[in-house]
Amino acid sequence: MTAIRDVPIITRPHVENFIRWSADKPEVVVLSADLTNSCEVGKWRDTYPERFFSMGMAEQNMLSFAGGLAREGFEPWLHTFSVFLYRRPLDQLQMSVAYPNLRVRLVGFLPGITTPGGVTHQAIDDIAVMRAVPNMTILETGDATEVESVLDVAHAVDGPVYIRMLRGEVPRLFPTNEPFVLDRARILSLAGSNIDAPTELLVLTSGILTEEALRAVPALQAAGVSVTHMHISTLKPFTDPAVTQAINATTGAVVTMENHLITGGLGSAVAELMAEAGASVPLHRIGLHDTYAHGASQAHLLSEYNLDALALVRTAESALGRSLDIDATELAPVRIAATHSAAKVEAL
Amino acid sequence: MAAGIRRRVLAHVLANNGGYLSQACSAAELLAVLYGRVLNLAPTDGPLHPASFESVPGPQAPRISGGVFHGEPGPDLDRLIVSPAHYALVVYAALIEAGRLDEAALDQFNKDGSTVEMIGAEHSPGFETTTGSLAQALSTAGGIALGRRLKNETGRTFVFMSDGEFQEGQTWEAVQALAYYRLDSVRVVVDVNRAQCDGPMDSVMTIEPLATKLAAFGASVDSVDGHDVNALTRSLEKTTHKPHFVLAYTDPTRGVPLMNDRRPVLHYLRFTGDDERSRYQDYYDTLLTAGAAR
Repeated sequence: MTAIRDVPIITRPHVENFIRWSADKPEVVVLSADLTNSCEVGKWRDTYPERFFSMGMAEQNMLSFAGGLAREGFEPWLHTFSVFLYRRPLDQLQMSVAYPNLRVRLVGFLPGITTPGGVTHQAIDDIAVMRAVPNMTILETGDATEVESVLDVAHAVDGPVYIRMLRGEVPRLFPTNEPFVLDRARILSLAGSNIDAPTELLVLTSGILTEEALRAVPALQAAGVSVTHMHISTLKPFTDPAVTQAINATTGAVVTMENHLITGGLGSAVAELMAEAGASVPLHRIGLHDTYAHGASQAHLLSEYNLDALALVRTAESALGRSLDIDATELAPVRIAATHSAAKVEAL
Repeated sequence: MAAGIRRRVLAHVLANNGGYLSQACSAAELLAVLYGRVLNLAPTDGPLHPASFESVPGPQAPRISGGVFHGEPGPDLDRLIVSPAHYALVVYAALIEAGRLDEAALDQFNKDGSTVEMIGAEHSPGFETTTGSLAQALSTAGGIALGRRLKNETGRTFVFMSDGEFQEGQTWEAVQALAYYRLDSVRVVVDVNRAQCDGPMDSVMTIEPLATKLAAFGASVDSVDGHDVNALTRSLEKTTHKPHFVLAYTDPTRGVPLMNDRRPVLHYLRFTGDDERSRYQDYYDTLLTAGAAR
């Protein structure tokens, strides 16, 4: 694992990668709802104009249209902001795409609080909604390697897939030769020699909060806490036996960390798994607690809503019932992405 | 054929003490013209027997399509996407009249474990898509037509719609997209019977002037008498360079004048008692006698 302070930052990993990837897949078409450059497919449109379809700001029609294309053997990759894929057109998503189990890929940008666009642009309940959609597969990217390799994973699924996508300046946390694997968690820290070895704390993180956890875990370990840290990138299905093994090996507490409401997302999925496995340790869920967010920078919102590295430290202390004597200065430095970065074409 | 559709639906309504009868009254000629004259479909191997319901679609369960009753699809053949799924009984009756569905299929209507459902879904005879949540079929048909164009197919994609669906915003999103992509292979016939669940359309939410609105959205539009089979045929076969809408103005009591006693609410018929039922039975018997005399 690269130390978090040294992670390379990749600028717009999706742009060229998706173009290269699509070259030998003529069945792949892109539908966009007036957020083409914002979703990093402007160059894709210019490269494959005959396979790109602008649907305008009309998402209900776009979802059902995609169903029709999929029925004719095409694989539509819808690119828009997450909120516009599942809130406004949920009925169309369910009846025109999910019920018939069609190969439609819903590429949702701006997951959670990754946007200063405020409540209208922040998908904080998407995983909760999508977990309640039969036939849907849910994938969440946490770094540039996952942004790149999620394409193959989604492509291989015989049914609809929802992807929480990252854009702009994206850290590369995971080696390029360790691609996204469906329903397999990444083990980032192991308390013992294997997944069944006892650990005091099990930290399960997803999306951009994995980077936050990576800032805190070394400090926890330095304070004498044994920690197993796993990164979750498939939210549905959620059946990786290694996660259950790690839960069963936990002696202190399980902590989940997600860029989403604590209801219906990773925290809920882990709670269900723990209840079904008869786990007897407490679960602490870091995430948005029954609240909307507002327009501000990612760093500000991570701190305001207790979603950052320090929040993990404080949660670990409360879960373990002891002070760990860690203060903010001992955490790896924050990587601050500019709100108005050159890596983004649009302001949002 | 249209008379046969009405008679079959009326018989079914009598046997089951209720049903979607007004839809048969209004749409009998529309479906008769589609199946009998306009649609270029491959034949089926005689009247097919409907499959029993196996499973909803999923990773381990391939979709079964009610489109099999439209014959094997082909690049130069037409497709029909039925939008108002509550017209299912009328569609089944039309398929029987067209010799594509076994007439015993109606015995399975709304029975547990059957695909001959009351509100058709994509496993039901004549249905390719699941459209009980209204106004999604036109968009789906747009995607199908675009996909067929990308594959250089020449067949047309017909959509059968009800007028109430023009209250939904998605319908207008779809018309906008069909016009933008000049999907002139899409040909829509609308049963404008001006009746909906709550009663007469104008008491619920008016959609007129529908032809003007559609034309303004970039569609080709004809308004015709929906019981005039020649006018319907002419309009449906007309060459246009825009997506084409045939607004078929219909009477939801046509062929069953007894229904006029139930105005203004015609959406679903459930007999008020034996009295009303026997009046419909008497009327049915006269239809049969008249049919036999002809």
